Amino acid sequence: MPSFILGRLVSLILSLIAASIVIFLVLEVVPGDPAQFMLGLNATPEAVAALRTALGLDGPLLERYFTWVLGLLHGDFGISYTYKVPVAKLIGDRIWISLPLALFALALSTLIAFPVGILAAVKRNSPTDVGIMGATQVGLAVPNFWFAMLLVLLFSITLRWFSAGGFPGWEDPVLALKALTLPAVALALPQASILARVMRSSLLDTLGEDYIRSARAKGLSQGQTLWRHALRNALIPVLTIIGLQFSFLLAGAIIIENVFFLPGLGRLVFQGITSRDLIVVKSVVMLLVFAVILVTFLVDITYALVDPRLRRAVR
Amino acid sequence: MALLEIKDLQLSIGKFPILREIDLSVDAGEILGVIGESGSGKSMTALSIMQLLPFGATTSGSIKLDGREVLGLPDVEMRKIRGGTVGMVFQEPMTALNPVKTIGDQVAETAMVHGGLGRRAALEVARQTLERVELPTSRFPLDRYPHELSGGQRQRVVTAMAIAMRPKLLIADEPTTALDVTTQAAILRLLQKLVDEDGMGLLFITHDLGVIAGLADKVSIMRQGEVVEAGPTVALFRNLRHPYSKALFQASSHVPPRIPPAVAGGTPVLSVDNVVREYPLPRRGLFEKRKVLRAVDGVSLRIEKGENVGLVGESGCGKSTLARAIMALEPTQGGRIAIAGEPIDPKKGASFATRRQLQVVFQDPYGSFNPRHRVDRLVSEPFHLLGSAAPTGTERDKRIARALEEVGLSAADADKYVHEFSGGQRQRIAIARALIIEPSLIILDEAVSALDVSVRAQVLDLLADLSDRLQLSYLFISHDLAVVRSITDRVLVMRAGKIVEEGATEEVFRAPRHPYTQELLAATPNLEGALAKREAAGA
Repeated sequence: MPSFILGRLVSLILSLIAASIVIFLVLEVVPGDPAQFMLGLNATPEAVAALRTALGLDGPLLERYFTWVLGLLHGDFGISYTYKVPVAKLIGDRIWISLPLALFALALSTLIAFPVGILAAVKRNSPTDVGIMGATQVGLAVPNFWFAMLLVLLFSITLRWFSAGGFPGWEDPVLALKALTLPAVALALPQASILARVMRSSLLDTLGEDYIRSARAKGLSQGQTLWRHALRNALIPVLTIIGLQFSFLLAGAIIIENVFFLPGLGRLVFQGITSRDLIVVKSVVMLLVFAVILVTFLVDITYALVDPRLRRAVR
Repeated sequence: MALLEIKDLQLSIGKFPILREIDLSVDAGEILGVIGESGSGKSMTALSIMQLLPFGATTSGSIKLDGREVLGLPDVEMRKIRGGTVGMVFQEPMTALNPVKTIGDQVAETAMVHGGLGRRAALEVARQTLERVELPTSRFPLDRYPHELSGGQRQRVVTAMAIAMRPKLLIADEPTTALDVTTQAAILRLLQKLVDEDGMGLLFITHDLGVIAGLADKVSIMRQGEVVEAGPTVALFRNLRHPYSKALFQASSHVPPRIPPAVAGGTPVLSVDNVVREYPLPRRGLFEKRKVLRAVDGVSLRIEKGENVGLVGESGCGKSTLARAIMALEPTQGGRIAIAGEPIDPKKGASFATRRQLQVVFQDPYGSFNPRHRVDRLVSEPFHLLGSAAPTGTERDKRIARALEEVGLSAADADKYVHEFSGGQRQRIAIARALIIEPSLIILDEAVSALDVSVRAQVLDLLADLSDRLQLSYLFISHDLAVVRSITDRVLVMRAGKIVEEGATEEVFRAPRHPYTQELLAATPNLEGALAKREAAGA
């Protein structure tokens, strides 16, 4: 097991290095010069050149890459071209919305999907199963921004239980969580639908396995067989999906953030792109990549905890 | 009163009748063998006793266990019987154990469910039970996982799960079918020992007459959901009355009539010289050097035109790897392979012209066809090896029709899909596919192993006939020594990547020289031998 974790760690670091190179190079070749953009169309070439030097945009490629990476390692992400404040601060403010929101939505989605998926699998082909599968189909089909607006109409405007948008900050955690509830529900709905379907099919596969029959032949009841033998084996594909969903929720909440006026990472990167604030884009993308790779790492470790056969698989 | 008494058992799933008027009985300390081909209802009979039938099954009649009626018993009561009074061992040891639980926990679970024991006490029961099935904790600690054990060892764990509570009846459904002959012999000895020690009744289900003849006290032969014949083992086999039983008996020891080939010499169809195939093993530690597994270790063999050569060995000995190397599906790390005199490039593989000399038929008649293609397309697939010379239009249809007729199917079958055919017919289609470009060598990799005995006898006849008429050569790979004996001229015995013995088939079988060949032959179930032995013991 320790050598398994070490192996995964090495692959994590290698992936990070590869990702940083790709992100750096892609943003080098995309059109749009930040200095030109900041100074406007009427700026003289001299002024643009001077600003480029000031922003550190004209050194050799390799040197700029290492400066950037070393900065990242020290928590120094550079200064935003448009906001004129450290990018680290911009991200720091927003991650305290995006990260809790993602975790909240993921927790909701898991809490809904597990019981629902298990119920559907156990009662396969019954009206319950058909009903659940139909509901998840709807959950997948409904666009989440539209569902978000319905939530606002019902819970904010009619019932007045939640505010319709904005974020009050974490001084009062109850208020903060309340502000994140509707967005989290809107985000969780499609995710829960996917997860419930994966849970159902994975559990159905597992319930058809020979060792389930062996467990029944030992004298276990159907419930005991499910809890002691089937669930843990059914978990692997479900964990994969949970890992993917977390990465998606962290950055993919952009539309929902807009619906609820939440200043999260998604909005930051969107604004960064429209104003050619490449250093913001670069940093946020790098951060998201880091999050994805970290989650993958954690999912891998969880696989090994769940399934002893994977513990020695060092590649 | 018998321990298990089945009277007039009827079973149907939906509208389909599966079992009709089944009568069986097992006494304490007695072994009942149930024989039947696939679909005969023998597994369903076993599952009826356990009341673990598939959804939608309805039963009538009577199953009495120790005097108590089982049919219609509520699940709460049945759970006390399953694993308590009756234990069951299934066919597939590789999948019958939960991969994420230790063997100790899985055996202990039976004791926890039935004995009301705590985990610690249950693990002690598990330790003792594993000891009884000859998996001592000193070599197989309780915290082992199933994937760390071999197939035979896993089957012992499954057996331990079933006998942990010392049940009165053990049901074993083809427990040794997936195992090698030497492992099979060991498991059969173990079951016999458990019956003798505990006075347990054993209901042993198998398709293998040789196995049953050596083990069972009495036998019931099943066919299409009915018991066609039953009686004490030796008396029954010596005096079979039902035509089906007779046919089954004959098919199991069937030897297809063959004309010994006139080996002409000249260029051999296949020559393999000192071939090596290695696999890198997964790294143990991050910085350790990868170890290499030598699956085929310096093998040489030669097949002349018209000659049938057998390759026997147990699972993992490298026989299928060797076959894949010959087909140039895998690179080799040493040696030389030539087909009809044309050497195969170890990196680039064989040319089309070389490959058309060689075709293959695999074991699984269900998995080796694309289910969405019609038979004509499946059978004509090898034509692409002919390039621009491939026949088209009516000529193509004629060749397809001829190939199908050659294997005993009709030209009209070309428009059907494979799911419309039985296992034996599918294997005929696979042979037609191999024949269509008139190769000089066909590799048969366990090609009849998945077939029922009567179908197997027919396919063997077909193979023998084709070989005689078309001067075909076979490389016949199998773990089944009886089949190899019936159809090959020469045989090679493989073990751990090496050929340990080689010679004319009859000589090797009559007087094996290598100890491993002797061991293999001794472990092979032999219907006639077992019956003779029991008669001698009884007399």
